[in-house]
Amino acid sequence: MAMLEVNNLSIQFGGLHAVDNFHMKIEKGELYGLIGPNGAGKTTVFNLLTGVYKPNEGIIKLDGQDITGKSIIDINKAGIARTFQNIRLFKDMTVLDNVKAGLHNHHKYSTLTGILRLPKYFKVEKEMNERAMEILKVFNLDQEAELLAGNLPYGKQRKLEIARALATDPKLLLLDEPAAGMNPNETQELMDTIRFVRDHFNMTILLIEHDMKLVGGICEELTVLNFGQVLCQGETSKVLKDPTVVTAYLGE
Amino acid sequence: MSFISYLKDGISLGSIYAIIALGYTMVYGIAKMLNFAHGDVIMVGAFVILTAVTKANMSPILAIILSVVICTAAGVVIEAVAYRPLRKASSNLAVLITAIGVSYLLQNLALLIFGADAKSFVPVINVPSLVLFGGQLTVKGVTIVTILVCIVIMVGLQLFVKKTKPGRAMQAVSEDRDAAQLMGVNVNATISLTFAIGSGLAAIAGLLLCSAYPTLTPYTGAMPGIKAFVAAVFGGIGSIPGAMVGGILLGVIEIFSKAYISSQVADAIVFAVLIVVLLVKPSGLFGKNIQEKV
Amino acid sequence: MKKTVNKTTKNNFITYGMVIAIFAVVQILSSTGNLSRLLTGLLVPICVYTIASLSLNLVVGYSGELSLGHAGFMCVGAYSSAVFSHVTSDLIPSVPRLILAILVGAVVAAVFGVLIGIPVLRLRGDYLAIVTLAFGEIIKNLINILYVGVDDKGLHVATSAANLKLDPGGKQIIKGALGVSGTSTLYKDIKDYFFLIGVILILIVLFVIQNLVNSRSGRAITSTRDNRIAAESIGINVTKNKLLAFTISAAIAGVAGVLYAHNLSMLKVSIFDYNMSITILVYVILGGMGNLRGSILATIVLYALPELLRGFSTYRMLIYAIVMIAMMLFNWAPAARDFRSRIVEKIKGHGKEKEAA
Repeated sequence: MAMLEVNNLSIQFGGLHAVDNFHMKIEKGELYGLIGPNGAGKTTVFNLLTGVYKPNEGIIKLDGQDITGKSIIDINKAGIARTFQNIRLFKDMTVLDNVKAGLHNHHKYSTLTGILRLPKYFKVEKEMNERAMEILKVFNLDQEAELLAGNLPYGKQRKLEIARALATDPKLLLLDEPAAGMNPNETQELMDTIRFVRDHFNMTILLIEHDMKLVGGICEELTVLNFGQVLCQGETSKVLKDPTVVTAYLGE
Repeated sequence: MSFISYLKDGISLGSIYAIIALGYTMVYGIAKMLNFAHGDVIMVGAFVILTAVTKANMSPILAIILSVVICTAAGVVIEAVAYRPLRKASSNLAVLITAIGVSYLLQNLALLIFGADAKSFVPVINVPSLVLFGGQLTVKGVTIVTILVCIVIMVGLQLFVKKTKPGRAMQAVSEDRDAAQLMGVNVNATISLTFAIGSGLAAIAGLLLCSAYPTLTPYTGAMPGIKAFVAAVFGGIGSIPGAMVGGILLGVIEIFSKAYISSQVADAIVFAVLIVVLLVKPSGLFGKNIQEKV
Repeated sequence: MKKTVNKTTKNNFITYGMVIAIFAVVQILSSTGNLSRLLTGLLVPICVYTIASLSLNLVVGYSGELSLGHAGFMCVGAYSSAVFSHVTSDLIPSVPRLILAILVGAVVAAVFGVLIGIPVLRLRGDYLAIVTLAFGEIIKNLINILYVGVDDKGLHVATSAANLKLDPGGKQIIKGALGVSGTSTLYKDIKDYFFLIGVILILIVLFVIQNLVNSRSGRAITSTRDNRIAAESIGINVTKNKLLAFTISAAIAGVAGVLYAHNLSMLKVSIFDYNMSITILVYVILGGMGNLRGSILATIVLYALPELLRGFSTYRMLIYAIVMIAMMLFNWAPAARDFRSRIVEKIKGHGKEKEAA
């Protein structure tokens, strides 16, 4: 069974068909890319998949479960986590607390337990700290655990966002332009990290990206979006050579 | 006949709320902030008129013009000094609290200059009353002027926003500030203009308010200001006809509550209206839902 | 990892220590006769306002919402507990009665917190501010016409004294705009300990808030403040957590109201107005949003100063207003933030150069 299966997904804003009859199938463990020119509707697809927008039409199935029209929170609980194009960290919280916030629904104790500092508080907090540090280590952020997230350099903020998303223990990870604003060295390092995350966590990953080197380097399959519609879909090497794709990117 | 008389009072009070609400709704629609000090600009305007007429023996017309000029300037200065630096602040609480600070500042400046005791406002609007139904209903001149001024302002503003270039710039900034900037709209100037218009209207509202209820203290503007915000929310924040309808409905509700229920709980009823509206239709009568961009 | 836990724990204990130290200093001054009568009279009100500003800081500083109706929650706590104390004055000895009164005030204020919070916490922050303001005004309006009395048949509630229809021997507790009188006389025997009680309450409130914000729920609350959509995207229920913070804050404000009501012989609703809410907000802003120690210190200084400096009080509100605007611009304007971080970097840079040399 596919990890993500989307059929006939459409949304209109006013009269504009921002996403029209979108479809996509991602297998478990796959590294999948969603590309397309500016304004093609890529982020809108992410917003539809994560419940920020409710589709006018279509079905989204995650691991066989229909999640169409559910709330952002329920979709995260169902197993989709994401990052944002314009980084949305909890800037005035520490790096560690950002990740621990991601663990919110997996390591639980009641508010009263927390206020009264009952034994369970210490036990669960210890588990959370260990788990959070484990994730931070993957991204080489363990040294910065005590810093405020807002004080991290840009590249590390992007990584922290991925770490926080991973902390929710998703089945599917959506990355919205993870390499935006990074220099070539940082991008190379990020590619290694993404591959490592896929292998280490056995994760299915869908990413939006403009950096063709990154896309060509790590994505196994691609969907190209143009004017809200699927232009081309398939294996990365084939898609990138497709004449319609080349035209869409370079113009006639 | 008392019903019609109350209705007339309600519409008159509501027209004043509507003019104040227009200022709120424009600023909220365009600068996306709740200008808490808006009500206090009303008080400033009224004090300017009172001082100009009683202390400087100015003619009422000149005093009104002076008041509009001073309030307009005050609005622009307040925006530039206190609000603009915070426009890109990470917390939108920051500008709201600053606005409360400005409101407090205006009140306490007035308190220092004019003292806490209520001053009686001078009659500047001298229009004869209208006697209807063989003397059963008297409509004061102030009431007639208030309602007319309100209608003129609303129509004028609507035309300004829809037909003129600066008006369309306002619409653009209100839709999407960044996009407007990219399209060459001067966002700072547009927001300044919005504050200028809103504050100029506040001066007129101050004149009408104090002509209808002729006592003036440093706190005169606060409560009508807050009620006018309720009116703006009621009508749908950001909508010019909404502010007008919301203002008049609120004025009528308030006067009817005073007349038929109890004057002590009239304010409570007005605020209960706000809570009910927010519960049932948070976008108000004419408003649209705004969603944060992701 | 142990380091983190220790760090916050240490921080918490510094705050408790600070409160206890201030209490000790005041006690020493008072026992050696160095505390003026004026200042002695301020001690309990300072505790009241400290609790109130801690409570407001939970909402403003940690959950990132602005409440302009905290005086309303104090008012609800004050009146409900005063009624409780009057009704049970012959039944329960004063110490357990006061403890119960505090609980009554906290619970009633919390109930109002939930009732107000549910409809408005879904809305934008500005709406919350205005609705809490509206709520404060509604409360004031309604209590102004509220008459409550008690007789052998039980509690009577009406909107005028005549409508109470008390039996002979019954007594009026709430008398409309005249409020409640004689609450402090019910506690004559422990009146001297009210400052101590106030300090204990501050410590309890600190315990609750500090432990809350450094827990799972606290992280959820601050995450919704920092970025609502990101919080939802990791499965955190924003409304629920904002409501949690708001309710706890309302309960604590209620406690402040209880202390206020029981310290006075005359309780009038007119004191719980918009200005009171703003005064508390000024303490929170000046002490720093999200900084509990700051709230305590700002409250002490700003409350005591105007009372101590004659002539200052005319300018007090004006100075509050200017301080408020200046603090917000300094702390939040992006330009000011950049400027500060540049200064900090410069200082750090100098340090490094020196090290190198």
